[in-house]
Amino acid sequence: MCNSRGEVVLEARNFSRSYGEVKAVREVSFSVLRGEIFGLIGPDGGGKTTLLRSLVSLLSIEKGELFFEGRSVAREPELVRRRIGYMPQRFSLYQDLTVEENLRFFGDLFDVDRKEAEGRIEELYGFSGLKPFSRRRAGALSGGMKQKLALSCMLVHSPRVIVLDEPTFGVDPVSRSEFWQILFRLREGGTTILVSTAYMDEAGLCDRVGLMYGGRILASDAPELLNSRFPRDLYGIRTGQPHLVLDALEESRLCGDCHLFGEGVHLTLEENRSPGEVEACLRERNLGWTFFGPVKPGIEDLFLLLMKGEGHGD
Amino acid sequence: MKKSLAAVFRKELIHIFRDKQSLFMVLTMPLMMLLLYGYAINLDMRGIEITVSDRSLSPRSGELIRHLEATEFFHVTVAGGGVSDVGDLFRSRRAQCVLEIPGDYADLLAAGKTAPLLLAIDASDPNGANFIGNYVARVVSLSFGERQGLFALEPRIFYNPDMRSAPFFVPGLIALILLLICALLTSIAIVREKETGSMEQLLVSPVRPWQIILGKVLPYTFLGFLDGLMILGAGRLLFRIPVEGSLLLVMAMMLIYVVTGLSLGMLVSTIASTQAVAMLATVSLTVLPSMLMSGFIFPVSSMPPLFQLVSRIIPATYFLEIIRGILLKGNSLADLYRPGGILLGLDGILILLSIRAFRIRLE
Repeated sequence: MCNSRGEVVLEARNFSRSYGEVKAVREVSFSVLRGEIFGLIGPDGGGKTTLLRSLVSLLSIEKGELFFEGRSVAREPELVRRRIGYMPQRFSLYQDLTVEENLRFFGDLFDVDRKEAEGRIEELYGFSGLKPFSRRRAGALSGGMKQKLALSCMLVHSPRVIVLDEPTFGVDPVSRSEFWQILFRLREGGTTILVSTAYMDEAGLCDRVGLMYGGRILASDAPELLNSRFPRDLYGIRTGQPHLVLDALEESRLCGDCHLFGEGVHLTLEENRSPGEVEACLRERNLGWTFFGPVKPGIEDLFLLLMKGEGHGD
Repeated sequence: MKKSLAAVFRKELIHIFRDKQSLFMVLTMPLMMLLLYGYAINLDMRGIEITVSDRSLSPRSGELIRHLEATEFFHVTVAGGGVSDVGDLFRSRRAQCVLEIPGDYADLLAAGKTAPLLLAIDASDPNGANFIGNYVARVVSLSFGERQGLFALEPRIFYNPDMRSAPFFVPGLIALILLLICALLTSIAIVREKETGSMEQLLVSPVRPWQIILGKVLPYTFLGFLDGLMILGAGRLLFRIPVEGSLLLVMAMMLIYVVTGLSLGMLVSTIASTQAVAMLATVSLTVLPSMLMSGFIFPVSSMPPLFQLVSRIIPATYFLEIIRGILLKGNSLADLYRPGGILLGLDGILILLSIRAFRIRLE
């Protein structure tokens, strides 16, 4: 998995973490390379937050090892905390402090020289567009602006590595896209970014992704390479009655796998079955469709396939 | 590194001054408590209902009754011809004590003999009964003038000549209220950040536990000290508390004591998991022990040995000694360096414990 062209910045080796009986992360190994955006993709409860918190030294390490720039996170939490930028899932700034007071606070907290901090804050205002709101209390900002402020606060000390836990969760699509634009600009500046998200469509924005489910990373690679890992032909049906079509197909036993996908159904065929049989099955039941044919598999398709394989593991 | 401490300090100051509602509470609550407790806890007795069963009906018995009426202590009802059922008077609460003057009172006195007076007291309040007994004895002996025995015990009362209870209680109240308020101030300081989630962000920074703890204790020290001055001033104005010793010494000691309260609250805050738990724990850790075992009402020397041991780790015990000493007796630093030093030591221990108990991870 380790790529020879880049230096490993963050790394997990056989890392496991549980809360009592619940195994939140199981034997995860992966690495993030200098200058890339690595996305941890997966549904809630998959262990993303536990993994990220452990990487930034917020949780004690049970099994396995975590490394930050080659140094053990368990042994040198202070080093990690000084160098890394971390944005928690929950909005964690001081709501009664203004935008500027929050930014200044984090500058001082990280012992950034006052002059340097002023310049950096101006620069961050440029990134985030928060300048007009500098005197507004953080609690009075909209969801998207809050996330931009949180991002700005953890950037005041100019970390070269940042870890963001679902930064776009619950944020409107426009703000989401703006947020990603900021991440791209940071990457251009050489910042390494580890970001988690439950939105599958954000996978394509990352350089590499890890699909995380049930505490495991099921697959990890560049998104376009992951898509080509899909082992069978995938067909798509666009229809006004996706639920009825899904029921019909599941009953027919024609499909290896079928699931709802947007305004329709995605499916793979059982061996020795042909698309014609699917059409016949739907016609028999008077179900119409506007499109039926092969489609390019996406991350979500792969994810669902992998989940089925892993889901019953234990 | 020092900047992190200053950053936390400034941030806390902003929190304090921006939350007007809490600030108002913090500044008015101690005064309210002083007023409530100050007026409610009053052991001065006044207007005791006494029924005099006068069977003598003579000028001599009339003289004794006048002496009783002359004090504020008694409210006198005269039952000429005697009282038939004392128990009935007590049960119906028409009298707290009954003084029986026998029919041959004047004759016995005239003959130079001892005249037996009977005093019946409702002792369902034993302390009060004691007071009443003493007081009647004093009035009667006054009334007999020099015809008393061979010698008389004449008490001299020091430091609180009027024996008002306020000069005793109000300094104690200051000790109690100040500890409670200060501990409450900081009890939520850390656990609030855990609850709102800002701790998660704060921890991933170079800031050290001691910087967080001190950065939070320092700004509240001003607030706690201000509270202390306010209740001291109010005690002086409303309850006429004397200040026999140095005001500067009181203030210096108060500063030490304020920090004791704050660091106690801080320790609770580092351990507690929710704000509600922290506040509850703080109230029970400060109010009850300080009220019962510090000598606030009951003298430490009359407690069982185990309680006496406990009283030694209660900060209020030492501050009571200090504040009563300075205000009532005019004690100087030379008299009070021991309790003062112990409080200072407690401050250090509590703060060190808070730093040790501070969790740098999220578990």
